[in-house]
Amino acid sequence: MNGFSALLKRDLKLAYRQASDSLTVLAFFVLATVLFPLAVGPEPAILARIGAGVVWVAALLAAMLSMDRMFQSDYDDGTLELLVIAPAPLELCVLAKACAHWLTTGVPLIVAAPLMGLFLNLDPAGYGTLLLALALGTPSLSLIGAVGAALVLGARRGGALLSLLILPLFVPVLIFGVGAVEAALTDISARPQLFVLGALTLAALALTPWPAAAALRQAVE
Amino acid sequence: MAVFSGRDLGCERGERLVFEDVSFDIPGGGVTELRGANGSGKSTLLRMMAGLLAPTDGTILWNNIPVSEDADAHRARINYIGHLDGVKGMLTVTENLRFWGELTRGQQTDKQIRDRADLALATFGIAKLADLPARSLSAGQRRRTALARLIMRPALIWLLDEPATALDTSALAALDHAMAAHLGAGGIVVMATHEAIRQPTPKVDLDEFARRAAAKHRAAA
Repeated sequence: MNGFSALLKRDLKLAYRQASDSLTVLAFFVLATVLFPLAVGPEPAILARIGAGVVWVAALLAAMLSMDRMFQSDYDDGTLELLVIAPAPLELCVLAKACAHWLTTGVPLIVAAPLMGLFLNLDPAGYGTLLLALALGTPSLSLIGAVGAALVLGARRGGALLSLLILPLFVPVLIFGVGAVEAALTDISARPQLFVLGALTLAALALTPWPAAAALRQAVE
Repeated sequence: MAVFSGRDLGCERGERLVFEDVSFDIPGGGVTELRGANGSGKSTLLRMMAGLLAPTDGTILWNNIPVSEDADAHRARINYIGHLDGVKGMLTVTENLRFWGELTRGQQTDKQIRDRADLALATFGIAKLADLPARSLSAGQRRRTALARLIMRPALIWLLDEPATALDTSALAALDHAMAAHLGAGGIVVMATHEAIRQPTPKVDLDEFARRAAAKHRAAA
């Protein structure tokens, strides 16, 4: 676990010193959400209807925005080679990077989500479920994103390629994330959707470190 | 007795044959120079020795056992300083070194890692720069920081890719000194270099191997 904590600590320190990176993601999330009332009109009923979906889509896109950088700077400055040679398993390093990514982008998105709900006239009954769904679902975005980010290392225009690779994989999280809030708003139990989101994150936790580590080894060859 | 050796190594990268039939034997306590023209595959061979790259042909052996049989144990023996410094500009020099120490910590305590970082800084004459962010360092100072990683982690085999790049005479002397101590303790140093080193050393000349391979192909044709 040494490698995990050392890398997590370093990434959080770097994120703190380059806070503008996380703030950019947050600002994108807010702006993208605010565009919707401007585009579809300020009709409160319509906004309340689409609110949960808009927050989720904006959160997915905002998370995507920072994903291609997950390994890029380590790849560029040679740290990645060191991580591959280091005695800590590379899979654990991938987990640490994904964990740091979630803490620096996923968590700020979750914190900002209630405010976005307010902008979109989301029914107060849906807030708790929205936060819970985001908290359960966003870790899987960082984990799946890690595989994509590792695969596109060294590719030209990696960012665009990454979106094509990763967005389809985000669809289940989106469906169940929005579904949970819809269920809560219609007085049905949101538990099944939340369980599925939790299961998706657990599955990502168990399955993504291996392909991501393999892609990283390939990238430094 | 040879402990670190390679047999009939070949490397092909993207259809291009980099080298073939390269063999070496490096005894404990020995420094070996890797010679060859630009593009003859010195860096490639070093990366192969480090386990970053699998040989297309042949095997790398440690005490006559292929290192691929226990890649983890081999990684634990390796200190690799490549072309890229692997130094994070946003971290201070000390933080860079401590991160590497923590990543490869083994059983060391925090205090031991701090002490080792102080020793590493002193060895390469960068104690005065300890608290500066690495982005403000000159190329030579960054190189010294990268080389200081050799002290952070005790490992038997040092693989140095053009270690003298950007170094001044005092840094070269520090490197010579550190290498002498490492060799005295029975360690192994393999370095790709163009500069003449202080003491005459055994060489692995990739140009020589290339000539031999070419002669063999001519004879076969």
